[in-house]
Amino acid sequence: MSNIPSELKYTKSHEWLRVEGDGTVTVGISDHAQALLGDMVFVELPEPGTSLDAGEECAVVESVKAASDVYAPVTGEVVAANELLEDAPETINTDAYNDGWLFRIKLEDEAELKDLLDAEAYAELVTEEDH
Amino acid sequence: MSNEPLIFEHSRPGRVNRAQSAHLGGNLDGIPESLRRKQPPRLPEVSELDAVRHYTRLSQKNFSIDTHFYPLGSCTMKYNPRACNTLASLPGFLGQHPLSAERDSQGILACLWDLQEMLKEVTGMTAVSLTPMAGAQGEFAGVAMIRAYHDARGDNARTEILVPDAAHGTNPATATMCGYKVREIPTDTHGDIDIEALMAAVGPQTAGIMLTNPSTLGVFERRIHEIARIVHEAGGLLYYDGANLNAILGKVKPGDMDFDVIHMNLHKTFSTPHGGGGPGAGPVGVSERLQPFMPIPVVGRDDSGAFRWLDERDLPQTIGRLSAHMGNTGILLRAYIYALMLGREGMVRIADYATLNANYLMARLRDAGFDMALPERRATHEFILTLKHQAREPGVTAMDFAKRLLDYGFHAPTTYFPLIIPECLLIEPTETESKQTLDAFVEAMAAIQAEAEKDIETLKGAPYSLPVRRLDDVKAARKLDLRWQAEA
Repeated sequence: MSNIPSELKYTKSHEWLRVEGDGTVTVGISDHAQALLGDMVFVELPEPGTSLDAGEECAVVESVKAASDVYAPVTGEVVAANELLEDAPETINTDAYNDGWLFRIKLEDEAELKDLLDAEAYAELVTEEDH
Repeated sequence: MSNEPLIFEHSRPGRVNRAQSAHLGGNLDGIPESLRRKQPPRLPEVSELDAVRHYTRLSQKNFSIDTHFYPLGSCTMKYNPRACNTLASLPGFLGQHPLSAERDSQGILACLWDLQEMLKEVTGMTAVSLTPMAGAQGEFAGVAMIRAYHDARGDNARTEILVPDAAHGTNPATATMCGYKVREIPTDTHGDIDIEALMAAVGPQTAGIMLTNPSTLGVFERRIHEIARIVHEAGGLLYYDGANLNAILGKVKPGDMDFDVIHMNLHKTFSTPHGGGGPGAGPVGVSERLQPFMPIPVVGRDDSGAFRWLDERDLPQTIGRLSAHMGNTGILLRAYIYALMLGREGMVRIADYATLNANYLMARLRDAGFDMALPERRATHEFILTLKHQAREPGVTAMDFAKRLLDYGFHAPTTYFPLIIPECLLIEPTETESKQTLDAFVEAMAAIQAEAEKDIETLKGAPYSLPVRRLDDVKAARKLDLRWQAEA
């Protein structure tokens, strides 16, 4: 069973999101998603300053199996991208929820957080897809 | 199987071909000193026998359709009858200059005309242009025609192309290349397009939809007429990706499914080796409304029955030329000969046997305990097996199976595609494989499954019988370095 930390929010498209408490949120892909994709070889991240709409394609993670789009879970401006991943994309495989984060967004509308899945709902989704 | 050094590594200074012959040497007197090389070129210095042995040994390492079952199918390499190549290489064809006058080119023009007619017949389209030189160019031509059609009507608000999530990666790439935004349409749990999602996605911004039918999931899109109606009513056009044409040749016509444009990979379906980046041919077929925009040249006939090239004067709204002359004519000739050899009845048998073989193989693998991605659906020419249960317990993946199959003498099927099915093998036997070959493949898969349960370490280390063992996929993707350098 994959690791699904209870303090994070999730999307149906397998991104996770951490509310940082300073008006920003950190985004990555779930442990389940990295396990499905396999060994990461390239990551393409949005430039800080980019404005994103919730649901917009904004990053690409490429593994030995496939290149997959990552979607912005919420609307807002990108304030940071994880530069570590440029040289060490495998960090997503080893530490999806901490050092493997992708980018940070300055949240525009806090109400959007309510649309996201909590850990329990995401775990259900993963079990369902696994079936 | 030993590791063969590079031809450069066989090189020894001063070694030449036919060491015992009289050396004639070169006479450089006519070449000014300033234009002569200061250093000899760094070419391998080997004897004729060294070269013959080197390349023969390399050829013996080929894991090819001439030696092994290739369940990648028409997707990469179905069997191409030798006769097609032999006849397409007749001196009269090879010696034909592309700029020869039409009156001196009636023979080759007649062949290409016939091919256009045959492809029209088999696809049910109104007209065919043979000129695109590859599948990618055929796709480009198809979507460029869709754009030209909307532009000619002053309908400039159409900015989106719809692409199902099961599509080939080339489809969104083509749409993007032609300046469209791509909107993905999900697939439902039975492998069909999600019609509700499609209805929500179409609108005045829809330029068209790109579909492969049968889809990359190896099943026929059952509601194709409904999809066509929804897209047409929104003012969009339907593009047919011909990648899986082998499954329906002579049985179902894309024209009858209301497609407006189709590209065909003659190098996949019509007898040309493919999969090595060699020359291809991606003719496009069009419905009446796209006919004015076809790429040129097209072969036409004048009132006297003589053949001639149709160009800008005949098709002023054409999207233009895609190559200097008539695409890859040699590939077109192979397709022409293949179609002639098959005849109308044979064309249908391609679809019959491609489908029968796929369904036989699927049924036997299911009996052997393997899970199918869409167990309730009949396969078309290919089917998808998923190893997600094996991946969880005992922990062997589709890649482990693929590598081990090589040791059993089978080329691996497509792995990890389509992307929406976890741990999958996409298996396409094609029409030319015998029951014995298919049975042997099932036995190999069952034997690998038994290894997975008893001796997982052996399986994880495969392949053992090839020049190299398990490759480092990550390094190959990130630090690919194929350049040979002499040691300093």
